[in-house]
Amino acid sequence: MTGILILEQALNGLQFGLMLFLLASGLTLVFGIMDMINLAHGALYMVGAFFTAWLVQLTDSFWLGVLLAVLLTAVVGMLLEATLLRTLYARDHLSQVLATFALILIINESVRMIWGSDLPLSAPQVLAGPVELLPGLLYSSYRLVIIGVGLGIALLLFLLVTRTRMGAWVRAGASNREMAMAMGINIRALFTGVFGIGAALCAVAGAMLGPLLAVQVGMGENILILAFVVIVIGGIGSVWGAFVGAILVGFVDTLGRTLLPFLFREVFSPQFASAAGPAVASIAVYVLMAVVLFVRPQGLFSGRS
Amino acid sequence: MRLAFLKSLLTLSSVAALVAMPALAADKVKIGFVSTLSGPSAALGVDIRDAFMLAVKLNGGKLGGLPADVSISDDQFKPDVGKQLFERYVKRDKVDFLTGVVFSNIMLAGLPEAVDNKTIYLSPNAAPSPIAGAQCSPYFYAVSWPNDAYHEAAGQYATNLKVKSAYLLAPNYQAGKDSLAGFKRFYKGTVSGEVYTKLGQLDYAAELAEIRAAKPEVVYTFLPGGMGINFIKQFMAAGLNKDIRLIQPGFGADQDVIRAVGNDMLGVFDTAHWGLDLPNEANKKFVAEFEKEYKRLPTLYAAQGYDTALLIDAAVRASGGKMEDKDAMLKHLKTAKFNSVRGDFRFNTNNFPIQNYYLREVQKDAQGRLVNRIVGQPILANHGDAYVKDCPMK
Repeated sequence: MTGILILEQALNGLQFGLMLFLLASGLTLVFGIMDMINLAHGALYMVGAFFTAWLVQLTDSFWLGVLLAVLLTAVVGMLLEATLLRTLYARDHLSQVLATFALILIINESVRMIWGSDLPLSAPQVLAGPVELLPGLLYSSYRLVIIGVGLGIALLLFLLVTRTRMGAWVRAGASNREMAMAMGINIRALFTGVFGIGAALCAVAGAMLGPLLAVQVGMGENILILAFVVIVIGGIGSVWGAFVGAILVGFVDTLGRTLLPFLFREVFSPQFASAAGPAVASIAVYVLMAVVLFVRPQGLFSGRS
Repeated sequence: MRLAFLKSLLTLSSVAALVAMPALAADKVKIGFVSTLSGPSAALGVDIRDAFMLAVKLNGGKLGGLPADVSISDDQFKPDVGKQLFERYVKRDKVDFLTGVVFSNIMLAGLPEAVDNKTIYLSPNAAPSPIAGAQCSPYFYAVSWPNDAYHEAAGQYATNLKVKSAYLLAPNYQAGKDSLAGFKRFYKGTVSGEVYTKLGQLDYAAELAEIRAAKPEVVYTFLPGGMGINFIKQFMAAGLNKDIRLIQPGFGADQDVIRAVGNDMLGVFDTAHWGLDLPNEANKKFVAEFEKEYKRLPTLYAAQGYDTALLIDAAVRASGGKMEDKDAMLKHLKTAKFNSVRGDFRFNTNNFPIQNYYLREVQKDAQGRLVNRIVGQPILANHGDAYVKDCPMK
């Protein structure tokens, strides 16, 4: 275990955590304010990635493609909210889960019909190589850009939520929906707006992770589970909680994959360690969630009163 | 003279007809082809199919002198679908040969259906160790290479280089563990890390950081399909290729991976039983015709599909078209003489090939395209597999 290894893993954890935050912040606001479980949130992440891959090809510019894809995905999200999801707010959670699960299947197959099961997307050529952060520590420049974008958006989101009128409405809605409505806040428009922002954040995550992972049908489902873990840990309805939860999950997942097999090798026999180490590392995140639920069932920073 | 000749011919043929009624020459060769033709891993099955059909086409639509009736189905990368297709071809269509499957888990699901009903299966890719050993069958032929062979060759190459430390990485499932075991069987240096990741993992940031800290001379990975493409891209983006040599099994650096990763593949070494530039006439013809027909360069999978069709052609020809006589057909398959695109090879007692394995390096060819070129002499010559001793067939 060297300092450089731990530093590099910390950067990896931060990068992963920030991308999780982009997904989880939208999810936690929708869940907290509208009391709506939206399983199709991951599908918007996939739609964002596909839009990006498609538009980067069309415009021949990575950043222009990302920008257009984010706007388009926000429009798709708002359309979904205005036409379909709005009718689900009054229903119970089970109906919402069933309806939005159906939406996942519909969106997956629609994307497959339009673009096929996957699209190629590469990072811009300038960012393909590594940069030397410290002597002996080369780090992927694209991952650094992801960290920068993630931090920038997180900052913008905090300013939006804590310093603007819309942010005050959002916090009021998350804290007590009925009272917020009674105070004359146009909940309908607010919900559509929040949904659009959530979709845009999904698209940013999809666009940034696309070149690193793969732009393919079904990419949203795996990461959605982690996004739910994040909001359960952070507390439903709290953007700050989503941030802390996402960074925690990012670090535990990344460091767990390094440290746990290492500890197992030190303590147990090699056969047992090589079998159990990776298995335990892959559930470390869920153990963290279970511990948080046990100690603070409402999450670390619940947005609800 | 002429009359007598005709008469004796008539007598002979009537006697032959009486004696050998069940072995009448068939009017066509029926082949069931099951492969993964949709989804993210479809490229491999498509290459096998395209090359197989190319061989049939170049033969004028015939195999062994008989019209080839090839029925193609997609297993959708699902073992249960593959098993159903095997059952349909064996029981309903009563095909003469089954072939096509890419992935071991799908082939193993369907294989009992074929061999228990005495239908011959010719594998154009999957050749798992149990079938080479205790569960070997006279109705199974591996036209490709035993699952461990590329990894053994890579281990031998690392030993030849006098590598002191190697870092190994594979997905946490049976084939992953088998492959690294194959590498270690022939690698004599120390293993500085042996890591098993989740099957289907796409982000390798944590593992790459560990590799940087472990400072191995060589990294060897078994990561088929999209996992390998992501790993190699991230390996290059993290700058690890500056100090560490990446070695891949042949399919980990083949044309499909090169297409996805691009220029960063230059200088990657891999091991395989075939290469685009193997200097034999059959291979030159295959590569040229494949490129002409499909406008892309063939992969290993294509070479294996092409050889499978050539094997059927040779065996059917040797049998004189008597498809019903299975026992004779099994012998004709074993001793079939054809010009394989890999050069000479023969079947071991377990029906797995004994052949050469080469080192290949990704280089630019005369037209500036990235291709695998064979480097030097075979790494392993006339190499079989470690499991043949457990196979009861002699």
